[in-house]
Amino acid sequence: MEAQHVETEVILTNPTGLHARPASLLVQTAAKFKSNITLEKEGRSVSAKSIMGVLSLGADKGSRIKISVEGEDAEEALKALLDLIHDNFGEVES
Amino acid sequence: MTLKGIPGAPGIGIGTAQVLKKELDIPRFAVEDSKEELDRFYKALDQSKQQVSQLLERASKNGNKDVADIMQAHLMMLDDPEFLAKVKESIENEKLNAEFAVWSVGQEYIQFFEQMTDEYLKARAADLKDITERIIRNLTGTLLDLSQLPQNTVLVARDLAPSDTAQIDREHVVGLVTDEGGPTSHVAIMARSFQIPAVVGTKNATGEIKNGDLLVVDGNEGIVEVNPAEDSLKNYEQKQLQWKKEQSDLGELITVPSVTKDGAQVKLEANIGRPEEVEIALKFGAEGVGLFRTEFLFMDRNTLPSEEEQFEAYKKALEGMRGQVVTIRTLDIGGDKDLPYLGLQRENNPFLGWRAIRYCLDRRDVLKTQLRAILRASVYGKAAVMFPMISSVEEVVKAKEVLEEAKAELREEGQPFDEHVKVGIMVEIPSAAVAADLLAPEVDFFSIGTNDLTQYTLAVDRDNEKVREYYNPLHPAVLRLIKRVIDVGNAFGKEVAMCGELAGDDKATEILLGLGLQVFSMTPSSIPRVKKVVLSTNNEEAQAIAKKAAALA
Repeated sequence: MEAQHVETEVILTNPTGLHARPASLLVQTAAKFKSNITLEKEGRSVSAKSIMGVLSLGADKGSRIKISVEGEDAEEALKALLDLIHDNFGEVES
Repeated sequence: MTLKGIPGAPGIGIGTAQVLKKELDIPRFAVEDSKEELDRFYKALDQSKQQVSQLLERASKNGNKDVADIMQAHLMMLDDPEFLAKVKESIENEKLNAEFAVWSVGQEYIQFFEQMTDEYLKARAADLKDITERIIRNLTGTLLDLSQLPQNTVLVARDLAPSDTAQIDREHVVGLVTDEGGPTSHVAIMARSFQIPAVVGTKNATGEIKNGDLLVVDGNEGIVEVNPAEDSLKNYEQKQLQWKKEQSDLGELITVPSVTKDGAQVKLEANIGRPEEVEIALKFGAEGVGLFRTEFLFMDRNTLPSEEEQFEAYKKALEGMRGQVVTIRTLDIGGDKDLPYLGLQRENNPFLGWRAIRYCLDRRDVLKTQLRAILRASVYGKAAVMFPMISSVEEVVKAKEVLEEAKAELREEGQPFDEHVKVGIMVEIPSAAVAADLLAPEVDFFSIGTNDLTQYTLAVDRDNEKVREYYNPLHPAVLRLIKRVIDVGNAFGKEVAMCGELAGDDKATEILLGLGLQVFSMTPSSIPRVKKVVLSTNNEEAQAIAKKAAALA
C-alpha cells in the first residue's frame, strides 16, 4: 500500500486537555496504527505513541495542536484521533 | 550479638533478616558489546513490566483504585517507544551501560516535568523516578518488593517511609528493626497499628545485620538478638508464647464496654494515620476516631493533594466508622519534615517554628482546600475538625474564619455538608493549657496532645537521647496542666479528650482517670490494655492517686 501523509490542526476543547486519561486514550489509539504520528504544539513535536512525549506537551484546554500522520494507514489514523478529540475524549463538561 | 534500640511496637518477633538498602547505586562502566547490553536492558524491562502488572492486578483485586491507576500509568511509561528508543540510542551510540543510560534518559524527562507549572504534570516526575529506579534495581539485582517478602521476615532498614510501610505484607513480616526513629516516629506508630513487634533507633542495625541472619526482635525491651545461642532462642520462644496468650486474653475485652468499677463511662477512641486504619480501630473496639492525622496525604509527593483526593480519603474514613465520630486534624507539618513543595525550609528550631496552624494561616489556600474537603465529606458520617498547635485565641478565631469561608463557598455552590461539624483544638502548647478558659468559649472540644505538651513544658526534645531521661509526661507540672484543661472543659461544658501517647499508656490510665479524663484516644492496639485498667479502677481511689502524682495532695 502507498504511504500517505496527512496533517491537520485542532484546538482542544475537553476540560482537562491532554492530561491523565485523555493522554492515555490518545496514546492507546495512536498505538493501534502503523503510521508515524506526531503532535506539534508551539514548535515542539513529539510522537503521539509516547505517553511521556504527549504529557510533556503540557497541552490544556484551548491549546492548538498540529497532528501529522505518515504511513499506509494515515487517513484512518487521523480520523480515529480526530473522533476522539471532537468527542472531548468522552469527558463531560462540568 | 545484641543490639540495643528503643521499643517501637510491643511483642516478640523471630525471623530471618532482610536488610533494605534504600540508596540507589547507579554503576557506570564502559560497554564493549552493546548488543549484550541491550539484551540486559530488555530483560530488566520485561521484569519491571511483570512486577508492575502484578501490582496492578493486586490493586484492582483489592479495589485500590488510586494505586491501580498509578500502576496503569507506570505500565504505559514502560512501553513508551520514545523513552525506549532514547535508551537504546544511548547504549548503542554512546556505549553507555544500561543502568546509566536508563538513569540519564530518565533524568532528562524528570527535569522537564519538574519544571512544569501544571501540578498534575509536575507529579509525573515522581512516576518517572519510580519506573527508572525499578528498571535500574532490576539491572543491579537490588530490587526488594516489600509486598512480596518470604514468610517470617524481619525487615531491617535505615528508616521506613509511609509508602514503604503501606506495602508491607503483614502476614509475612514478623518484625521491624530500624537505625533511626523514636517511639513516636512513623515506623513505630505503623508497627503498633499493624501489631508487628518493632525496635527502632538502633543506630546501625543495617550495618551490623546481614541478610539471612536469624533475628529476635524484642519490641518490649527494645532489643535485637542477632543469631542468638540456642538456649537464648528457646527462652525467647517461651516469652513469645506467653505474649501471644496475653494478647488473646486482652482480645476478649474488645467487646466489653469500658466502664470503671464504680460505673463511670469512659470513651476509648483510636488514633489513625490513614483511612484504611479505621478497620483496625473497629477491630480493637474503638468508639470513634479521636485523631485522624492527615499528613499522609501530603507526604512522599511533589505537589499538594487536590480537594478531591482529600475528600475521598476523609469520606472513606467516615464511612468506615459507620456514624462514630472521626476527628480530623488539619495539616500538622513543620520544619522537621522535608517537603520542599510546601515551601518549608529547614529551621534552627523546627518545633518552635513555622508549622501546623501557623503555616496554614499563612497559606490559607492550603487550609481552605482541606476544610472544604472535610466539610464535603462530613455528610458521610460524623466529622469533627481539629486545629493543631494553637497557642492563643487569635489563631482559633482566624482558623474558624477560614472554615466559615469554606462553608460559604460550598453553600454558594450548592454542595451539601454537615452544618454542625464540631470544631476543636489540640492543647499541646503550655499557653493553651494555662489559658484554656480563654479558649473554651471558641471551641466545642479540647484534645490534649501530651507528646508536645510534655516537650514544651519541660523543654525536652523527646528524640534527643542525651536528654530523653528528662522527658516525663507524668511530671507533676504536666499533670497539673492536664488537670487544668479538664477542669476548664468541665466548667464550660466542653468535651476534653487526650490523643497523645500518654492516653495509650496503661501505666498512666489510673492517674488520668483520677484527673477526670473521660475520653482517651490511642493507637488501636493499645485499647484493650487500657480498657483492662479502666475496668479495674475505682474513681475515688484514682483521684487520690492522681492528686499524689500531681503533688497536689
